[in-house]
Amino acid sequence: MASSQPRDTGLAWDADRAAAIIAAHAGMEGPLLPALHALQAAFGHVPAEAVPALAHAFNLSRADVHGVVSFYHDFRDHLAGRHVLRLCRAEACQAMGGDALAARARERLGIGWGETTADGAVTLEPVFCLGLCACSPSAMLDGALHGRLDAAALDALLDEVTP
Amino acid sequence: MTLRLFVPRDAGALAVGADAVAARMAAALQQRGIGHQIVRTGSRGLYWLEPMVEVATPAGRIAYGPVSPSAALSVLEAILADAGPHPLRLGAPEAIPFLKRQTRLSFARCGVIDPLSLADYQAAGGYLGLTRAVAMAGPAMIETVLESGLRGRGGAGFPTGIKWRTAAAAAGGRKFIVCNADEGDSGTFADRMIMEGDPFLLIEGMTIAGLAVGASKGYIYTRSEYPHAIATMNAAIALARAQGLLGGDVLGSGRGFELEMRVGAGAYVCGEETALLDSIEGKRGQVRAKPPLPAITGLFGCPTVINNVLTLIAVPWIFSHGAGAYREFGMGRSRGTMPIQLAGNIRHGGLYETAFGISLGDLVDDIGGGTATGRPVRAVQVGGPLGAYFPPALFDTPFDYEAFAARDGLIGHGGIVVFDDSVDMARQARFALEFCSVESCGKCTPCRIGSTRGVEVLDRVLAGENVAANLALIEDLCQTLKFGSLCALGGFTPYPVMSALTHFREDFIPRRPLAAE
Repeated sequence: MASSQPRDTGLAWDADRAAAIIAAHAGMEGPLLPALHALQAAFGHVPAEAVPALAHAFNLSRADVHGVVSFYHDFRDHLAGRHVLRLCRAEACQAMGGDALAARARERLGIGWGETTADGAVTLEPVFCLGLCACSPSAMLDGALHGRLDAAALDALLDEVTP
Repeated sequence: MTLRLFVPRDAGALAVGADAVAARMAAALQQRGIGHQIVRTGSRGLYWLEPMVEVATPAGRIAYGPVSPSAALSVLEAILADAGPHPLRLGAPEAIPFLKRQTRLSFARCGVIDPLSLADYQAAGGYLGLTRAVAMAGPAMIETVLESGLRGRGGAGFPTGIKWRTAAAAAGGRKFIVCNADEGDSGTFADRMIMEGDPFLLIEGMTIAGLAVGASKGYIYTRSEYPHAIATMNAAIALARAQGLLGGDVLGSGRGFELEMRVGAGAYVCGEETALLDSIEGKRGQVRAKPPLPAITGLFGCPTVINNVLTLIAVPWIFSHGAGAYREFGMGRSRGTMPIQLAGNIRHGGLYETAFGISLGDLVDDIGGGTATGRPVRAVQVGGPLGAYFPPALFDTPFDYEAFAARDGLIGHGGIVVFDDSVDMARQARFALEFCSVESCGKCTPCRIGSTRGVEVLDRVLAGENVAANLALIEDLCQTLKFGSLCALGGFTPYPVMSALTHFREDFIPRRPLAAE
């Protein structure tokens, strides 16, 4: 996997901040997923240090927590690039040329799925349906949605995020 | 008079520039000192016309679309000239054939009202169902749902009233209503549209369910891929709570119901109801063996009703208009309406709510207008990644649970994905197996290992190795998956694979191996 560089020192591990986030979820029933989402939102990924902290706070084994973190595609164990491009790879987008767009994106960025460009600018991820199936092919770039993509529109998105 | 414009905030409209359209129109109106209000609605579901902008006139609303950001100002000029002519002028939205021919019970308000205005919702008939329901005892409420003939819209088609009755009768102090809004099937977006466009409808439906079975808490489990839906639902829940429509004393009934959103983390299998329960509990989204049924031992071990969004949003109409009125729609054992979603390579893609019984061909060719590319339709996948591929030769199949099952297919969550004649059906079959192997929760062997072996065997077929024997092996493997898997992920993956093999055999002739992606 290509390397990614920390983009922001604000994302560095902070045990007190993590403890506060975890404590804020302690009163919930089934707190683990909401706490993991909150930790990833704060730190850009789920740092390894968070696993024992979660296990201790929620009375779980570290294996339990690791099992959950590794089960779900959303949770990262390292930082993503400065921009995250998620291209839909599911059937409705395949029907409208999504595969060709995906190949174009990988070629232009020179990376595979789940990888980050060497300069840390862009992470490319597959997504299986954004619910924009009547405006396909679709993508999400840093949380913003894009539909009815074609080669030119994809190039414009990539131009925004690559130097 | 203040100019009232309506611009969707639905994710599908945002993806094609709705925010920029609204911003350009607002800036231009501001600059010219024209008093205005831009209401951000949901989508009416005519996605090929999004962004669709509407203006209120004394004679009703007039629509324009698709309004790209670059067309926003010229459309605004036309709107200011008494909703006058423009190449993008569509006239009254209700008169557009795609909308006019629908029977909108569940989606009556979606795209029309401000999704976060309780006043709008109530003025359009909202909370009438709950008002009727609070005057009834639980058993009478369940009887109403039974009478309506409502079946689970998530795909299984299980009678909703029986599920409710089972949970109501189950012993246990705490009971839960869980809404399955984990809409992962490609080609489906109806749940998302409702959560973004008419969230109080889902809240009302869940509240009725809670009062009926004696559940005091509900969870809506949706996908992290739906950030706009999550934000709108959370805002709507807070508004409903502030108005006493959720909380300890719903509508002064003395009965309480509370609601909370939960967000998944990119696992398709969590759309399976028992995996969904484990996910809410904070575990890996692994499928549970049944029995026990969730209605008896569900979330946190308590009796739990799990219903799809589309099931729950049918409930308020049933209470406001009567079970008999709902039952009059549909065919056979499929009663009421189904919000069908037309997607993929289709000219008129969108949300089409209609009574069960309409034929697949009418949906694809007539209503959908054929392919977007203008090429012939070759295959349509109905019911998501686990649904069968149908060739045009089967377009006479009526949209009905039993009719699709009789042709080795399923209607699932009502998604229809259209492909033109450039589709490679061997590639689609391979994708189905590969998707299953990636998304398998790993609990049962047929799904976990069978899907991987299936990809390998299919690659051998396409490479020309022992073609007849390997095709027989795939068919045998599909039988094992179908009958030996714990849930629908492994159990239904054979549908796309076998339908591709059956109806599009010519695509499975040997060639060089498909790229593994």
